[in-house]
Amino acid sequence: MATITLREIAFARSGDKGDTSNIGLVPFDEDDFDLLAREVSEVRVAHLFGELVRGGVRRYEFAGIRALNFVLERALSGGVSRSLNLDAHGKSWGNLLLTMEITVPDEVADRVRALVRSSDLTGGAAGSTGG
Amino acid sequence: MSNGELRVGCGSAYGEDDLDPAYELAAAGAVDYLCFDGLAERTMALAQARRLDDPARGYDVRMDAFAARFLPFVERDGLRIVTNMGAANPRGGAACVRKVADRLGCTEVRVGLVEGDDVLDALKQCNPVVWETGQPVDQLPGEIVSANAYIGAAPIVEALERGANIVIAGRAADPSLFLAPMIKEFGWRQDDWPLLGRGTMIAHVLECGSHVTGGNFADPPYRVVPGLDRLGMPIAHVRPDGSAVITKLADAGGVVTTDTVKCQLVYEVHDPRRYLTPDVVGDFDSVRVHGEGPDQVRVSGGTGHRRPDELKVLVGVREGFVGEGEVSFAGAGAHSRAQLCREVLRARVQRRYAGAYDEVRFDLIGVDSVLAGASPDSGVPAAEVRVRVAARSRDPEVAEAIAREAEWQFFGPSGAGGVRRRVKEALSVFSTTLPRSMVETGVEIV
Repeated sequence: MATITLREIAFARSGDKGDTSNIGLVPFDEDDFDLLAREVSEVRVAHLFGELVRGGVRRYEFAGIRALNFVLERALSGGVSRSLNLDAHGKSWGNLLLTMEITVPDEVADRVRALVRSSDLTGGAAGSTGG
Repeated sequence: MSNGELRVGCGSAYGEDDLDPAYELAAAGAVDYLCFDGLAERTMALAQARRLDDPARGYDVRMDAFAARFLPFVERDGLRIVTNMGAANPRGGAACVRKVADRLGCTEVRVGLVEGDDVLDALKQCNPVVWETGQPVDQLPGEIVSANAYIGAAPIVEALERGANIVIAGRAADPSLFLAPMIKEFGWRQDDWPLLGRGTMIAHVLECGSHVTGGNFADPPYRVVPGLDRLGMPIAHVRPDGSAVITKLADAGGVVTTDTVKCQLVYEVHDPRRYLTPDVVGDFDSVRVHGEGPDQVRVSGGTGHRRPDELKVLVGVREGFVGEGEVSFAGAGAHSRAQLCREVLRARVQRRYAGAYDEVRFDLIGVDSVLAGASPDSGVPAAEVRVRVAARSRDPEVAEAIAREAEWQFFGPSGAGGVRRRVKEALSVFSTTLPRSMVETGVEIV
């Protein structure tokens, strides 16, 4: 087994509605969805965010596009119009989630790291049409 | 329409978006409809505040220039435009557009006006419970300046059916701006929930503009976007069955991939089976994406359920003033001098202003200003740190004085430089709902 960060295996994007933040977590490869669903629990997300999230964390699944969605209540210091946080929208909440470490089989770690080594910074993976 | 497909483009994702990519879409003749979302939670309250200062204002501050730039495409090429840039004064916004059309000699332009989202009177009458506080509206912590209901596609469709080729609304919901052309052109019934759900899914993919063409996405080496300095706006080629291909102009920067589309699909959604809009409860659980070629991604599936009986309402409240001050530390020992500065600021603000502010925070920018206790610890002192104090107070002089405390750190730890401070009005936005029956929309051609 090996340890990787979510940044090596998934995309994340966070958004705001009032004082609620949501973070969509989209695996680069749809086949890694089950692994993410197993590793990235509501409890682990709540622990990672600590005092940033004063309400509950709830996880949903998008079955068709194979993505997870975390809804964080009371997570934006009152919401974008009231928060004194420099990032009042919580735009970086998704990037914080990507720092989470997960344990994966060695072959998964080898695969995601080979993917990064082979990509070209000026074009590469994003130029393809993907799955 | 081309080949039975409706081409809907996004011109703007919020109030101050770059309009050059929208101009490129219009000039290329790439879309039948160009929809401009010009509002966010806070934009509406700011617009209401402008209107309170001057009843003739309150619509988008760029309306005149916007109309002058885009009306020629309506006049000459048959482009149709839908926007909520009417903000707090759609009637004033529509009159502004009419005036520009007349000035430019655009005789084909018919301006549709959609009103009815201003529900301040109904809100005071019903006094509903506020989501964030759990208390009734009349217990909110300040003067209420605005209450706007999210209204749906129906009045926009009516304006289009009455011949409008540019529709100016107030707080029309973002997805409704994009759904309205689909309802109008495909003749979808407004109680066909599965079709409206799929159309809303496509609208949701479009509504944040370049979020789906490579914006808010790049994170090299894992996420790479070419041409991030000249992102294009998205286009949907919509079919009557509620599926679409998402694309962009070939020579615009950015990318449309299955990944960029998925990231926008999840954006600002809570329960994927219950995406609430005034038009429908969208169900995105079964939505699928499929790459059909470079910068062409098909989105299909999804469904919808009966629309909610209540409409979401944003309530703008004056909550005093926010004062902010910042000062920088660099060079040897920057991090520890900044930490000392923060403690000095904290001690001074608490001693001198305790009880005079509602909230205060002290940040080390570059260390923990955004993620606070959840900030990853690099184990290495930061080379440059900016210390920030921010406070909200009912008293503008207290907000100003706390901001000035940062400036006085010239006489704090060694080498404090680069002071910036500002005070702004604290205009807060809260959410609640009203029964649909309390919200009456109206349509006119002006």
